[in-house]
Amino acid sequence: MPNRDIKLQVENLHKRFGDHEVLKGVGLQARAGDVISIIGSSGSGKSTFLRCINLLEKPHQGRIVVAGEELKLKPARGGELVPVQPAQLQRLRTKLAMVFQNFNLWAHMTVLGNVIEAPVHVLGVPRDEAIARARKYLDKVGLKGVEDRYPAHMSGGQQQRVAIARALAVEPEVMLFDEPTSALDPELVGEVLRVMQALAEEGRTMVVVTHEMGFAREVSNHLIFLHQGRIEEEGPPREVLAQPKSERLAQFLSGSLK
Amino acid sequence: MRWEVVFQPQNLALYAEGLTTTLWLLGTSLLAGGVLALLCALVLTSSSRALMPLRWLTSAYTYCLRGTPLLIQVYLIYYGLAQLEFVQSRWDAVWPWTYFKEALFCAWLAFTLNTAAYTAEMLAGAMRETSAGEIEAAQAMGMSHAKVLARVVLPSAMRRTLPAYSNEVVMMLHSTSLASAVPAITDITSAASRIYARFFLPFEAYLFAAAIYLSITFVLVMGFRWAEKHFLGYLAPQRA
Repeated sequence: MPNRDIKLQVENLHKRFGDHEVLKGVGLQARAGDVISIIGSSGSGKSTFLRCINLLEKPHQGRIVVAGEELKLKPARGGELVPVQPAQLQRLRTKLAMVFQNFNLWAHMTVLGNVIEAPVHVLGVPRDEAIARARKYLDKVGLKGVEDRYPAHMSGGQQQRVAIARALAVEPEVMLFDEPTSALDPELVGEVLRVMQALAEEGRTMVVVTHEMGFAREVSNHLIFLHQGRIEEEGPPREVLAQPKSERLAQFLSGSLK
Repeated sequence: MRWEVVFQPQNLALYAEGLTTTLWLLGTSLLAGGVLALLCALVLTSSSRALMPLRWLTSAYTYCLRGTPLLIQVYLIYYGLAQLEFVQSRWDAVWPWTYFKEALFCAWLAFTLNTAAYTAEMLAGAMRETSAGEIEAAQAMGMSHAKVLARVVLPSAMRRTLPAYSNEVVMMLHSTSLASAVPAITDITSAASRIYARFFLPFEAYLFAAAIYLSITFVLVMGFRWAEKHFLGYLAPQRA
């Protein structure tokens, strides 16, 4: 196996909300081309885990290294870790694009506006180049002719694909997906999963929090099962899902239909 | 009814002078008030500890100016401030106080402070309401705090404030009639009052003034309707 670069390394994350400890020492390592699925029941901390990676949630302990660069953190007043240099966090965030469960498109901008916003205003890409890039990625996610539409005038599946195009447009090292299909009805889930599968086949590095076991089994190459803030079990998806070693994973899987 | 009196050239000229003054007061106080409101709204919605005293001061300012009638504010500045010995001894030479010598400045100041207070709270409310998801998406893209404000929060909040702001502008137009409480100013209402005083035709004088206000309101409402269609198109139902 050729030695691929480590794009993302997260170690020993601890996070609590008040007295409730949500993450009790979790971490992961993503090499180039890895597609890591994180599964677990509600409250297991999987979304919090993902959101700590780009510091949308501030962990109380842990280490985050993006494409070889460690995010320098220091404890703040309440005990949580904050970036030593906000500029470094902003820079590292441009390498970690995120796709949200509720799409989070900017409602007052058109589709094209949404996709060129970060390249132009964060990365400093010239507008023409950003527009060309946007068109390329909108085409890649299967959206044509919707450039001048507003997000509210599109279906959920279309909105999520715009969100994926928006994430692609910054040409990130690692893509983070926070339950990307949970807010979609079954018909639209398929169109988004197909796009994600195509991205995975292209060799993009992705970390996906999901409930879609089919996606986890077929597309990802590493599965992490989180239970009450700890990694209960992890490994190659087919093995882990077919023969769960831990009782809790077996219980979790028996509850899902696939 | 003696309408022909109102249409005599010298009376129409009086109304015209009133119209100019009213529009000038409206335009300049909205402009200055708008800038002040934006600054106040930024202070009111900031979460930095360093700005806490300023935040408290701004809250107190908006509370006082929204909590008292505009007429009292005009009186306090014109009859109050401008009558203080401290101000009067300086208003011939010392720079900021020279303005208080002019009645129009006193009225402008009162209107500016008043509209800024109302608009600041409107804008701050809309800013607080900005979708948290949109803000997170902007942060996740690597935008700095200032960029998130400039690219996501303010454009979104200003658009959402537009309908309420159109009300504020129309109310401000009608509030300028309070400038007639200051003897030295000729706005539309004081023009009407003068004609009433001279000819004893209250109905004709004030009805004509009302018609002028109605016409200006019509233009303002049409303008805002265009603006809402242009800026709030994203909230409208989809045109098939």
